[in-house]
Amino acid sequence: MTAPLRIGFIPLVDAAALIVAVDKGFAAAEGLEVELVREVSWSNVRDKLNIGLFDAAHLLAPVAIASSLGLGHVKVPIAAPFNLGINGNAITVSPALHAALMEEIDGDRFDPLATAKALARVVAKRRKAGADPLTFGMTFPFSTHNYQLRFWMAAAGVDPDEDVRLVVLPPPYMVDSLANGHVDAFCVGAPWNSIAVDLGIGHILHFVSDILAHAAEKVLALRQVWADKNPDVVASLVRAAVKAAEFIEHPENRTEAARSWRSRSGSASMPKSSSAPSRDASRFRRTAPFARAAATFWWDARKQGAPIRSRPPGSMRRWCAGGRRR
Amino acid sequence: MSAEQSPKIVIVDESPIRAAILEEGLREAGFTQIVHIREMQSLLARIYAVDPDIILIDLENPSRDVLEAMFQVSRAVKRPIAMFVDQSDSSSIQASVEAGVSAYIVDGLRKERIKPILDLCVSRFNAFAKLQEELERTKSQLEDRKVIEKAKGILMKVKGLTEDEAYVLLRSTAMREKKKIGEIAQSIITASEMLK
Repeated sequence: MTAPLRIGFIPLVDAAALIVAVDKGFAAAEGLEVELVREVSWSNVRDKLNIGLFDAAHLLAPVAIASSLGLGHVKVPIAAPFNLGINGNAITVSPALHAALMEEIDGDRFDPLATAKALARVVAKRRKAGADPLTFGMTFPFSTHNYQLRFWMAAAGVDPDEDVRLVVLPPPYMVDSLANGHVDAFCVGAPWNSIAVDLGIGHILHFVSDILAHAAEKVLALRQVWADKNPDVVASLVRAAVKAAEFIEHPENRTEAARSWRSRSGSASMPKSSSAPSRDASRFRRTAPFARAAATFWWDARKQGAPIRSRPPGSMRRWCAGGRRR
Repeated sequence: MSAEQSPKIVIVDESPIRAAILEEGLREAGFTQIVHIREMQSLLARIYAVDPDIILIDLENPSRDVLEAMFQVSRAVKRPIAMFVDQSDSSSIQASVEAGVSAYIVDGLRKERIKPILDLCVSRFNAFAKLQEELERTKSQLEDRKVIEKAKGILMKVKGLTEDEAYVLLRSTAMREKKKIGEIAQSIITASEMLK
């Protein structure tokens, strides 16, 4: 037994496989001693993984790619042997924006293209009236949330860089920012969308799984150099995470998984109004399909040499690369 | 450029005490233009309003991710901002991350001008952490003393011991159980409340 593995995570529901792997003994059964370290920002997770303060991390899939390419930061090749979840994000809008979209909608309100077209009309009207551009919150420049918002609105011709404002907000600030009007909408993972709905300050417009199927969300990230040196540890860690994901998948285990997640995530990150554990359990259901399906997808995708994201067609592609360079 | 005289430094920190310690250090080192931002709402707008050369932010602050967006969004930014960290300076990055502080620097500011600022941040952040640790330790010692007094009182009453005898009993039990005397005292209080 060597020194314990330090694994960084952000208190989001899709860290559950790692948390359960430790708390339910799946990691220990693989002979791994793991110290889970809660972090407050993706920048911290990335930096601490890069410089070796963490051996592994719960990381946004696009950050793993950006880090490997040296985009926006130091170039550190990252290995992602396990996908901690697919999808799980949603686009939530303020009641005012929801009403404006519903007024403009032509077609099925569950159809993302119909809502995007409605958004284009709302944006045009606001511009005509001289109103400020709509502001959308997302979690990080290199995040699925950023790309998914861009993908959705660009489909109807809304230019994400010109027609609206996209701003980074830490997930725990999303709900407050929507409530006090600093943003008109946001794209974030669980549990924040449900919390906005529970508090009556937001409407979930779309689950992103309705827009993009099988979008890789968070990955188990390791430094490539470290992974190459420690293949046995990597294999053990992946096995533990797979077993944890299987555990979470059983409905009868969800309450227990939610409890474990909650105690690791800290009550400080949750508004008091949503403290009932049963409601956390219901959030777990809402974010299904969970990690095992994701893992399967990941391995299948790797076997086929597929890219991590399904690629948007033609003209939308440039917006999905994370902002245009000027 | 004014940065050649005294660079404008923004400190983003929700802890007023730590920010004051850092600001004091920077002023002593001859940096005169320092602005402390405590309010995280509309953080980027506040930063653009100051138009700094250097931004220092503590790593406990979730708004660090907001700063990362500065490199991507170019419309609202007056000039490009790049992170200090470059491939060649990993020891500096490690020291600052361990101390809990991160720096964002306007492109073009010379590296040798930044190093002393970052070193100063690291030492002040470490000093603050040490202060906080001492405070915590003192607090818990005070708390322990209160608990021990109470447990002694219970032992004296229930077992008819003198104060010294009660303390000796607590201490020998703690040694035998390999626990802190405060923990033994706490379990006596808990037990006596349950048996009431």
